[in-house]
Amino acid sequence: MQEYKALHDAILSGDAATARAVTEKALAASADPLRLVNDLMVPAMDEVGRRFECNEYFVPELLISARAMKAALELIRPLLIARGDEPAGRVAIGTVKGDLHDIGKNLVAAMLEGGGFEVIDLGVNVSPEQFVKAVREGKANVVAMSALLTTTMPAMKTTIEALEQAGLREKVKVLIGGAPITQKYAEEIGADGYSDNAPAAVSLAKKQLALGA
Amino acid sequence: MKPLLVRLLQDGPVITDGAWGTELQARGLAIGDFPDVWNLSHPDRVTEVARAYVEAGSQIILTNTFGANRIRMADHGAPEQVAEINRRGAQLSIQAAGNRASVFASIGPTGKLLMAHEVTLDEVRAAFVEQAQALAQGGAHGLVIETMSDLDEAKAALDAAQRTGLPVVVCMVFDAGREKDRTMTGATPEQVARELTGAGADVIGANCGLGIEGYVPVCRRLKAATDLPIWIKANAGLPTLVGGNVVYQTTPDQFASHVPALIEAGASFIGGCCGTNPSFIRAVRDVRGPLPSAERLIARSTRGEPGHPAT
Repeated sequence: MQEYKALHDAILSGDAATARAVTEKALAASADPLRLVNDLMVPAMDEVGRRFECNEYFVPELLISARAMKAALELIRPLLIARGDEPAGRVAIGTVKGDLHDIGKNLVAAMLEGGGFEVIDLGVNVSPEQFVKAVREGKANVVAMSALLTTTMPAMKTTIEALEQAGLREKVKVLIGGAPITQKYAEEIGADGYSDNAPAAVSLAKKQLALGA
Repeated sequence: MKPLLVRLLQDGPVITDGAWGTELQARGLAIGDFPDVWNLSHPDRVTEVARAYVEAGSQIILTNTFGANRIRMADHGAPEQVAEINRRGAQLSIQAAGNRASVFASIGPTGKLLMAHEVTLDEVRAAFVEQAQALAQGGAHGLVIETMSDLDEAKAALDAAQRTGLPVVVCMVFDAGREKDRTMTGATPEQVARELTGAGADVIGANCGLGIEGYVPVCRRLKAATDLPIWIKANAGLPTLVGGNVVYQTTPDQFASHVPALIEAGASFIGGCCGTNPSFIRAVRDVRGPLPSAERLIARSTRGEPGHPAT
């Protein structure tokens, strides 16, 4: 795989064009798509997360790296699906009802996709019923909710209650985030996890699904 | 320095206002509804909030126009009302202020990311030009570009605001990075100070964020990197859930207890952001000490000191 290390480096530097070109070349040379993901792309995104933790990377760098990852994944995912490989998990993500802020939600969605998750993006102002439907019909096993406003935070609790009433609460892990959210709030409303940044949301989702980070 | 700022600053730190959204909610604004639209539908309630801050001791009040730019309002289905909402917003605060306070009109972010190519720099600048012009038409004495996370968007707003000729304050949110002292895009207080000073802001600063304590060192670093006055409006900490309600735990007195440190760190304009209300402003005013009496101000202005507009 080391001959394709340029893929790792392209993701790390956020160079989508190179990431795509190297992936095309690798696939044309019959490289194993799953090994491209596990040996090069996931380690690159792990390094992106590490650099974020160390104040070397900030949101712009996360975004361009996630995009480079996505460019490569678009070529690889159809091959994985064709041979029956399942994604790491299916995440139904959205900004809660009454809230139209999507910067954080979009960033977490991009990072989750980069982390190998299939992401069902429900958008903004998402009602509890829409989350329930995505779990029931979209077979999501993670629900990720975002809120920027203190006034819309309580919709997270309402959504968890709706999942309970639908008998789906045990089937999903509920993760929450957003500027006013805290670990304490996550515990109070019975969410499974909270993260204060996008890279950590990916490791949190993996940990919750017992996939190993 | 612009004459209005000279006049405001000659008696030491100036007290600004606190949060608006929660005050409007206390007066019936439904959760999830767009506050700025109330300038047209419920002008009396908006004026009430403005007046509450004037009565609490704010020397500068803002306006209910934080989200009233074309890009953000498109999400709320009222882009054609942008100019009118801003004009009215400025007029309502001017009415409430009378001759007791100055009105610095609020310009918030678009909510879209330039770096993700969700909007172009030209679109962002055009939206801010439209908003700034309408606020100036409404009679605002100054403009406050606030809660900015991206220096490029902040500078586009500054460029737009400068075209009105009014004094312009630009403040950013510092809540990212390991030490929570960076903007979302990673800019340090020093970088922010350098770039905004270079771009011609009249006042720079920090608002929102994680609480007032964290903004003391941020204020000190901004001050050390610029000659401009510093504007700080911090949150009342982070909210918690109490009996199903979202509550900010920081009390007005706790908030105000950090004001001396903030002044010592070089803050010239002090107020509150999310979670604060007129009681916080009253507490800040008590700590700040008595303001110069109206007589003294008038006496001084008749002596024709620099910076006093001929009234």
